[in-house]
Amino acid sequence: MSDHDDKKDKETQIRPYTMNFGPQHPAAHGVLRLVLELDGEIVERADPHIGLLHRGTEKLIEYKTYMQALPYFDRLDYVCPMNQEHAFALATEKLLDIQIPERAQYIRVLFCELGRVLNHILNITTFALDVGAITPALWGFEEREKGMEFYERVCGARLHANYFRTGGVSKDLPDGLIEDMMAWTESFPDTLNDLDNLLTNNRIFKQRTVDIGVATKEEALDWGFTGPMLRGSGVAWDLRKSQPYEVYDKMEFDVPVGKTGDCYARYLVRMEEMRQSLKIMQQCLRDIPDGEIAVDDHKITPPARGEMKRSMEAMIHHFKLFTEGYHVPAGEIYATVEAPKGEFGVYLIADGTNRPSRCRIRAPGFYHLQALDFMSKGHMIADTVSIIGSMDVVFGEIDR
Amino acid sequence: MTDTLLDLVQYIKSCTDQSVQDYEIVRGELTVTTDRTHIHDFLVFLRDDHRCLFKQLVDVCGVDTPDNEERFDVVYHLLSLVYNVRIRIKITTDENTPVPTVSDIYSAANWAEREVWDMYGVMFSDHPDHRRILTDYGFDGHPQRKDFPLTGFVELRYDEEKKRVVYEPVELRQDFRMFDTLSPWDGMTDVQIRKHLERKEEGSE
Repeated sequence: MSDHDDKKDKETQIRPYTMNFGPQHPAAHGVLRLVLELDGEIVERADPHIGLLHRGTEKLIEYKTYMQALPYFDRLDYVCPMNQEHAFALATEKLLDIQIPERAQYIRVLFCELGRVLNHILNITTFALDVGAITPALWGFEEREKGMEFYERVCGARLHANYFRTGGVSKDLPDGLIEDMMAWTESFPDTLNDLDNLLTNNRIFKQRTVDIGVATKEEALDWGFTGPMLRGSGVAWDLRKSQPYEVYDKMEFDVPVGKTGDCYARYLVRMEEMRQSLKIMQQCLRDIPDGEIAVDDHKITPPARGEMKRSMEAMIHHFKLFTEGYHVPAGEIYATVEAPKGEFGVYLIADGTNRPSRCRIRAPGFYHLQALDFMSKGHMIADTVSIIGSMDVVFGEIDR
Repeated sequence: MTDTLLDLVQYIKSCTDQSVQDYEIVRGELTVTTDRTHIHDFLVFLRDDHRCLFKQLVDVCGVDTPDNEERFDVVYHLLSLVYNVRIRIKITTDENTPVPTVSDIYSAANWAEREVWDMYGVMFSDHPDHRRILTDYGFDGHPQRKDFPLTGFVELRYDEEKKRVVYEPVELRQDFRMFDTLSPWDGMTDVQIRKHLERKEEGSE
């Protein structure tokens, strides 16, 4: 009898097996180090160690003028750079109390939605790659490259755009871009349908995602989920609808909402969001008015190159703007946009000089990743990979 | 929008007599200043009251103003999805005084507070996991304090002999240059802003 008791005690004393995942692991989507405590193959606790890509963006911005600070936002979430720039541009514009021209607003919405499509292509295809499907990545990236080409044509860079400036955008759309983008929005749904056929009813994909990493409505709110993560859990909340900025209030689009809150629901939400984004892009391309692309105040936006050759004042403006920059009145603001990953916010404190005194970046991925612990609890170790994939983590913005 | 916020803040004030020390509504944003001893109860009230329902903690961040008596601000941004309202709550603290954690009210606060600790050195009492988050293991100092130099104190490189990464004091080939680009002409800034506001007034008339 006593032997039996001893044996029982020994069994309960087993310590969980600790395993290190990453930081160099293809399924970690970057530099995530995950310390997993396992009971066999069941995850008991997941402890993400982040910060391996920490570059001190918030600190650096305090030492830069507003104009120099903007390109840092491209480097946060490098999958959809313009959406980040947008938040910072909105923050400074609100403090300066300026209204940008309508054409610039349309261009911004157009490229934000393009960014959303590019982000979701990358997420869905690499997510599928993580759970074992290679073809979506090959097909998706071909289309993604076409989208990056539009980025390049409008600002000269595939990734680090520096295109949305305070007061408008830096350059007007080149000739023929509207027609080409329109043609792409009409041809891209074919690829989207192909992805749909490959994944949505795929037995393996569903086995790996359905009922994995479930977050209820209450949990999603409690953990600060935003964007597709929140909508996948059944909360109909989209800043483009509820707190519209730019010309989103003129756009007609639907907000897809998931029902189950699992990895599969988040995948479905993202698929539908791409279709809705294409719809918004088409409306922008159709309705875009002629006119200025930036405010006509050369204290904030640079004068035209040709003007500088002739006008002394334009020359001085240009010099002052690129050395001293513009002054932003003292005050504080929280500006936010619906970035593809969720609510991307910039909390800016200005002290009246040409440099921000504090620029807090609210990255959606940071809050999503900390929920990994409760979402992966009780799942198999392979499911952790699905959950990370469905969270859409990019370490540029999480580590900042 | 301002009226809604005014109504809301009056209501909050009437329900929690001591919590609201000060409030302001600027640019359509409501900022409430409260005391750090009240923050816990205040956030519970804001989350659960039927006219507030701030169910989502959007962000927690630190702000350093060395000139203030208590140099750090801890700023909470809340969002009410039901009423589509945002609120910003500010408390102050210094290096030695801990702030009560709110991670038991909003789970999202856990990492956010760890980041404030890491970057500013603000302590949170009763925090379940009071570790650093973004900086390296064994990092010394709190980098976002205003008195922490941008270049930092240590740099690291891979040592071929020791076969590991070693830390060394920062050695810069060239001193860090901080350009003072501010115009010596004091009137400059005022002119810029005033001109701007004048133009705006003309437009509105």
